[in-house]
Parts: sequence; structure tokens; C-alpha cells
Amino acid sequence: MTPVQPTAKAQPLDVKRIREDFPILREQVHGKPLVYLDSTASAQKPRQVIDTLAFVYEHAYANVHRGIHYLSETATQMYEDARRKVARFINARSPREIVYVRNTTEGINLVAYAWGLPNLKPGDEVLITEMEHHSNIVPWQLVCQMTGATLRWVPITPEGFLDMEALDRLLTERTRIFAFTAMSNVLGTINPVKELVARAHAVEALVLVDGAQSVPHLPVDVQDLDCDFLAFSGHKMCGPSGIGVLYGKRELLEAMPPFLGGGEMIRQVKLTGSTWNDLPHKFEAGTPAIAEAIALGAAVDYLSNLGMDNVAAHERALVRYAYERMQDVEGLRILGPGPEHRGGVIAFTLGDVHPHDIAAILDAEGIAIRAGHHCAQPVHDRYGIPASARASFYVYNTEEEVDVLVTALHKVVETFAF
Amino acid sequence: MHDLYAEEIIDHYRYPRNKGSMEKPDLVYHDSNPFCGDEVTIMLKVEDGRVVDVKWQGHGCTISQASASMLSEEIKGKTLEELRHWGKEEVLDLLGIPLGPVRIKCALLPLKALKAAAWGITTWPHEEEEEEGKGTV
Repeated sequence: MTPVQPTAKAQPLDVKRIREDFPILREQVHGKPLVYLDSTASAQKPRQVIDTLAFVYEHAYANVHRGIHYLSETATQMYEDARRKVARFINARSPREIVYVRNTTEGINLVAYAWGLPNLKPGDEVLITEMEHHSNIVPWQLVCQMTGATLRWVPITPEGFLDMEALDRLLTERTRIFAFTAMSNVLGTINPVKELVARAHAVEALVLVDGAQSVPHLPVDVQDLDCDFLAFSGHKMCGPSGIGVLYGKRELLEAMPPFLGGGEMIRQVKLTGSTWNDLPHKFEAGTPAIAEAIALGAAVDYLSNLGMDNVAAHERALVRYAYERMQDVEGLRILGPGPEHRGGVIAFTLGDVHPHDIAAILDAEGIAIRAGHHCAQPVHDRYGIPASARASFYVYNTEEEVDVLVTALHKVVETFAF
Repeated sequence: MHDLYAEEIIDHYRYPRNKGSMEKPDLVYHDSNPFCGDEVTIMLKVEDGRVVDVKWQGHGCTISQASASMLSEEIKGKTLEELRHWGKEEVLDLLGIPLGPVRIKCALLPLKALKAAAWGITTWPHEEEEEEGKGTV
């Protein structure tokens, strides 16, 4: 595995100024300053995104693609501008390749059903990996059950990487689609997406990338990666919940039947049958999350202004610092690879203390972390543990917050005195 | 020190009372709480409607395991009739700590297993209270 290469052009983030953009970071929790280390579950929102939501509802709200009146035209314009921003953010060829969905989960389900149901048959194989979030496992299990296709998975090595030798054996001419995460939400492992795409394409398999963790934290260029589909959520990238994106190559989306039927997705409806609207509207049945989509555009602007190379460099530095500091805590075991191979996520166990007990003690110190299986039970099974605690970092986190975390972890050790 | 992890709770967690197994229990029930992955099996010997011996097995978070340990001490010698009306309040009194809506399920798991063993009641103890109109804490 080659370490993730820092880019020369990265500039340090002005974190003090960034923190001023996030009103929630001024909150006190149990009388202590909030230390928010749960951005992998959901990120906090900058003033620019909150203001955009309020602006839409106060000045520019109506249904989109429906009315002739001024407000409907204004809302439609803003809604489509946001789509163009998202397309530029991931370097899609066209905004038509950007389908608004609710979240990563819905994006993956859209592909599993609209592509999988008509294309998969007995003898075909769907390949996933052992490090997937449940949202990139369960839809494929369901669609394999319906079509008779077989689900296979790439195992993880003890160090927390995908087993590339096993991949060579598992990726065959029977493989119709390879669906994998760009970055594990538990191990933090950043997968070699471009290489995996190339290997899958060599056997003519399609590729779906779960970008829930990569798009908010790393520069992503879909043309460079050459992935066929990429799904991600707005709420993990400083945007609102309820809005997410499925990117798909135009020719693939054109060939797929609709996922959900209803208003907006049709060209013509007769009681005897209907024809479908153009992309991306074919996949956007019903009134969408209008203000949320527009505010996702504001989140994209916010991250673009920071620069995704700088965001990635900031998190890399923070995770390296945290990784080293956490080694001092007695009995603490970090899951996954060293800091040079991971994004801003550190999942860990501490002696035999239940992760919910760790999280509760940290909560009393004002620290928010995730505890449990993080919707990735197979990863935990792989390492023989039922659950873990997880600290994750974003643009607004500081080394001082890591220090608060480490001090609190020492308190957990004292409380349980092992 | 944080309330949740009062010395007595930690003591019961580290040195659980009545943890073990029992030959031919009169009543036995296993239950789990998917949120924390807590597991508790409760085993009772009952004579003339009175609990004469209690053993339990399990694993999980501190709250669930301490609750099982404390409950096992408390119910020994009591009649099943006395225990029938136990609910959230009794368990919270036993633990002596405040609990939010999520962790309360960890605390109530052992009592839930007991009620299922004795009467086949499988709802969460505070849900019964709500249904019976006793209100909630």
C-alpha cells in the first residue's frame, strides 16, 4: 500500500476563523465547551448553509419545475444552480449526471434496484467488501435475493486494507458490479479507488463508489477515477440532512428504468402507459428537498473556498497527532491502519470497557463521539469485537480538542481502574 | 466523578453478585438489548411463590450488568407477587443514578427478563406503566 500522498499545494486552514462560522461550536454541553468529534456520523453546519436555508424559505421558496410564477422560477434557478455546483465539485461532465437523492443510502438503493433488477441474473456476481457500511451491503443482499445473483465480498487484511490478492481471485467475468467504499467509516482506510476501478473495468464490471466519507473529506474527481456511480450525502459535508447525490455516467443513467414513479419524472402519462423525463429528472419523482438542495450548493461553495486539498491536509495532520497522543492511553487499541493511510477517523477499544460506557464518560466532559457498530457490523466481526468507540475530525477540529479527548480517555481508565 | 459511573455501579460491574448458572431453574429467560448489545439470562428458584435463589449470566455495558447484579441481590426473598408491579422507578431507585431515554433500556433489561420468566410479559417495564396509565418519570 502506498501512503496517501500529501499535495504540495495544501495551505493550512485558518481553523479559528472557520470555527466562528459554526454557531453550534459555541454551545456548552454539561457545563463544558462542546468538543464535537462525530463528524463522520454527521457534520455541523456553517452559518453560510444555515443562512441559505433561511433565505430560501424567507425569499425564494416555491415548488420547482412546476409553476410559471416568479417564485417558482427563482427556486428552480437556485435548485439547478446548486446541481451545477455539485457537478463542478466532483468534476462530472454534466449536471445531468447529478441526481438528487435523500442520502448515500438512497443513491446506492437506486442503483441496486434500477440497474440491478433488470440486469442481474443467476450466475452473475455482485462484489462488495468486508469494510462496507450496511448501506452498501443490505441493498445488494436484497437485489441478489430477488434476481438469483450471488453476493461476494473482498476480505480485509489484519492491518485494515482490502486484500488485493483475494480481489484478483474474486473479480472475474461473472462480476457485474463492484461496489465499495472510498474510505472506511470505521477503519479510516482510504482505498485506492482509481486502481480498483481499473481492475473492475478490466473484467467489464461496473463500479459504484460509496463516497459518503470521501466526498466530504478528500478531493474527488469522477472523470479521473472513472467510476460509473458515486453516492454521497449532504449532511456529512456541512450541508443539510435529507439531501444527497447519486452521480452516474450519463449513458448508464439513460439506459436505466426509473427507480420511483410519480410527478416530475415523467414526460407524458397516459392511463395505458407513460414515458420518462430527461436526466436527471427521470430519477427525481415527487417534490424534492428544495431548500436543502440549494443549501447543499452553499456547503459545496464553503468547502470549495477552503479547498479540498487543504481540508484533506488538515485532517491528515490532526489524525496523525491524535493517533500518537492516543497511544499513551493504557489499554487503548486503534482499529485499522497507521495515520499515513487513513482519513480523519479513529475507531478504538479501551480495555474491555463497553464503548457506550466510554462515550457516556466522554459526554460528561462535553465530548461527542460515536459508540457502537457504526452501521458496519462485518468490520467489527472481522476483528472479533462487538463494537467500538470512534472519534472523527473535520475542518473545525483542533489539536487542543484532541488533548481534551485524551485527558478524558485517561479518566475512563481511572474509572474502570484496569 | 460522573453520576452514571458511581462507585457502587462500577463495583457491581467489576464484581457481579450472583453471576453464574443454576441446575434446573424453576424459571429462566434470556433477553437482549440491541442498542448496546447487552445480553442477560436470569434463572430463579421459586418456593411457595417466593424467590429463594437467583443466578444470572450476561455481558454488555456497565449499566446493564450492574443492574442485573443489583437486581439479583434485591429480589432474593421477595415473592413474585411483590415483584410483579416493579417497573422503571424501582430499578432507578436501586441504581441511584439518573438515566436518559436510551440508557434506561440497559438498566431495565434484567427486570424485563425477570418479568418474562415469571409471567411471560415481554414489553419493556416502563411501557407497561404507560399502558396502564401510571404515567412516566
